[in-house]
Amino acid sequence: MKEIYLDANASEPLRPEARSAAIQALEYSGNPASIHAAGRAARRILEEARALVAHAVGAAPADLVFCSGGTEANATAIAAMGAGRRILIGATEHDAVRAAAPDAECLPVHPDGTLNLAALSVALAEKPLALVCLMRANNETGVVHPVAEAAALCRAHGALLHVDAVQALGRMPVNRAALGADSLALSGHKLGGPKGAGALVLAPGVQLQALIAGGGQERGRRGGTPPLPAIAGFAAAVQAATTGAHLASLRDRLERAAIAAGAIVCGTGPRLPNTTCLALPGVRAETQVITLDLAGIAVSAGAACSSGKVTESRVLAAMGLGPLAAAAIRVSLPWNATETDIDAFIAAYGKMAQRLAGAVRPDLYVTHDAAS
Amino acid sequence: MIYLDNQSTTACDPRVLDAMWPWFADQPGNPSSVEHAIGQQAATAVEAARAEIAALIGATPAEIVFTSGATEANNAAIKGAARFAGPAARRRIVTAATEHKCVLESVRDLAAEGFEPVILPVTPTGALDPTALAEALRTPTLLVSVMAANNETGYLQDLAPLAATAHAAGARIHSDLAQAAGKIPIDVAACGLDAGSLSAHKLHGPKGIGALYVRRHPRMRLAPLLSGGGQERGLRSGTLPTPLIVGFGEAARIARLEQAADQTRIALLRDRLLAGLFARIPNLILNGPPAPRLAGNLSVRFAGLRALDLIAACPSLAISTGSACTSADLAPSHVLTALGLSPLQAAASLRLGIGRFNSPADIDTAIHLLTDAYARLAPAPPVAAEA
Repeated sequence: MKEIYLDANASEPLRPEARSAAIQALEYSGNPASIHAAGRAARRILEEARALVAHAVGAAPADLVFCSGGTEANATAIAAMGAGRRILIGATEHDAVRAAAPDAECLPVHPDGTLNLAALSVALAEKPLALVCLMRANNETGVVHPVAEAAALCRAHGALLHVDAVQALGRMPVNRAALGADSLALSGHKLGGPKGAGALVLAPGVQLQALIAGGGQERGRRGGTPPLPAIAGFAAAVQAATTGAHLASLRDRLERAAIAAGAIVCGTGPRLPNTTCLALPGVRAETQVITLDLAGIAVSAGAACSSGKVTESRVLAAMGLGPLAAAAIRVSLPWNATETDIDAFIAAYGKMAQRLAGAVRPDLYVTHDAAS
Repeated sequence: MIYLDNQSTTACDPRVLDAMWPWFADQPGNPSSVEHAIGQQAATAVEAARAEIAALIGATPAEIVFTSGATEANNAAIKGAARFAGPAARRRIVTAATEHKCVLESVRDLAAEGFEPVILPVTPTGALDPTALAEALRTPTLLVSVMAANNETGYLQDLAPLAATAHAAGARIHSDLAQAAGKIPIDVAACGLDAGSLSAHKLHGPKGIGALYVRRHPRMRLAPLLSGGGQERGLRSGTLPTPLIVGFGEAARIARLEQAADQTRIALLRDRLLAGLFARIPNLILNGPPAPRLAGNLSVRFAGLRALDLIAACPSLAISTGSACTSADLAPSHVLTALGLSPLQAAASLRLGIGRFNSPADIDTAIHLLTDAYARLAPAPPVAAEA
């Protein structure tokens, strides 16, 4: 049985364009830092990829630093730009951001998942010299933060803004200048490129202390031989990615059917077109994920990184969703999702909701009042 | 194009490409998504690769942490050991002058965090003298970092006595194994290493993946360089690149089985290259001692000639002056100057790296091209004053 993959926010299936580009680059034996012809050929692939990815987010190639992925991009930005500054992060940020700023203060979000801008304004007024870290779109709910508005507040108070755009790239327009971000973290495999490449995009003039010191690659901002095949695939995926708008109608159909079967949608703010977070009150998320897996459908109970470890979604808890946080699954449609996939999900979900309705755990149950 | 720059990077073995192919083809899973079958398949493949890499260096799979490459692994080991130890601990961190730039920079970076970097000189052959190390360790030292094989001369350090010296002084020892792994047998347990860095693309695997060996007994403690989702037991966060890891595992498996035969063959090619050059080019000098060194590594110096000019005169040869990372720099190689060469001598030095896919015909062509170029570029010999 071919499993139906609806866990794109963990990792998108590789796009054929990215596969071709990666495999083509694998055939090159050169190191892009070498000066001989093989090295120069590798260098050309690297710089073409840099131009493509930079262009996609409205940046100059010189302001883009390739690295191993989103986690490293976030860690590098926070270590370099957070030095000597107070760090403020959204309450629903990815663990990569939380771990890179363990002493950060959390900014609350509204129950719909979006950032509480008034709270940001108050926090910045208290102590202006800050680094603010916000995700463009949330990995569990798909909810999109009002980043441009937050950026205006940051600018007014002399704060820097780092944006984790890992989930957004390829699913909605991402433009560094339009967002007003001082830096932007990107990941290749979250938009259908190979795993193993990401990028940090900087505003012109932002200096960067390397987190990984080395042979002076990436203008001294990131040591190590660049992972050429993954980078070439990343650039090809960026070129191939549309904004994913076609997924919205599939997602909406899936969501309507789930609601009819008893689901509550978590995260009612503006969202990515491919993501929905569905809570089935009273039924443990883990039980739902396993039940769907047995029916041949791959979804998750929150972030993949922490899969199997967490019983309750920290993101949903921060949104004030209480017991729903332990009863929600994330359904994220990949770029190649089909109507048939959605039909299969709807059938399996309906059956599951019906069967598990008898196994409701009162401690995980929430009344409609409490959820709203 | 004849590729003789195998210290810089190596071509992916076709068998490695075959092993990676299915993972590039249609396996979307994130190996951390263990609740669904697609994620589990990726996790199983990652663990099989981990076991192969452990087997290559005599470690246990639980001692292998995947990283983006050896540069990250070196940073993670050195900065990680220092940051875990924290402010109250031993402050000194010792390394050698011929280490890779990323090791030297990691050690130097720690000065800003209150540590004391010590960069020891080496003997003219490139050896770190255990007595000199013991002397440096009279000041309580946290970590010693010494590479197994040099990336320019191929010189092999004798790690076991250095590890014993470090341990006797209460220090831990890390080794950059990037050039050595897959070329000479390495047994981290027998050497007594506490940490070691590996790179896939130096042993015919893909770029973008490496590993850090972290000893379990007695346990080597590190603060992670990249935190986040908690992958790799919290030692290295970030989604694991399954296809690259599968390729690394296959490259390690091939290397474990074939490294002895490869090195025998490569040593013969090396001897053929050296004999051919020595017979035709006057005053050619081999940098570093003939042994112990990696079979494929040669660093040779030409009299009165810049190596860069020689490289430019041989466009169909992929060769280098030294470390690729800095090969666009005009600064002389820090490795060669540490061996006592003058900047001019270093600039006259060429690095030749022979690998698994070079043939005797490649070597003969390279001899021909280099000899030809030398004849065109060399200063005219002084007129013999016979009278």
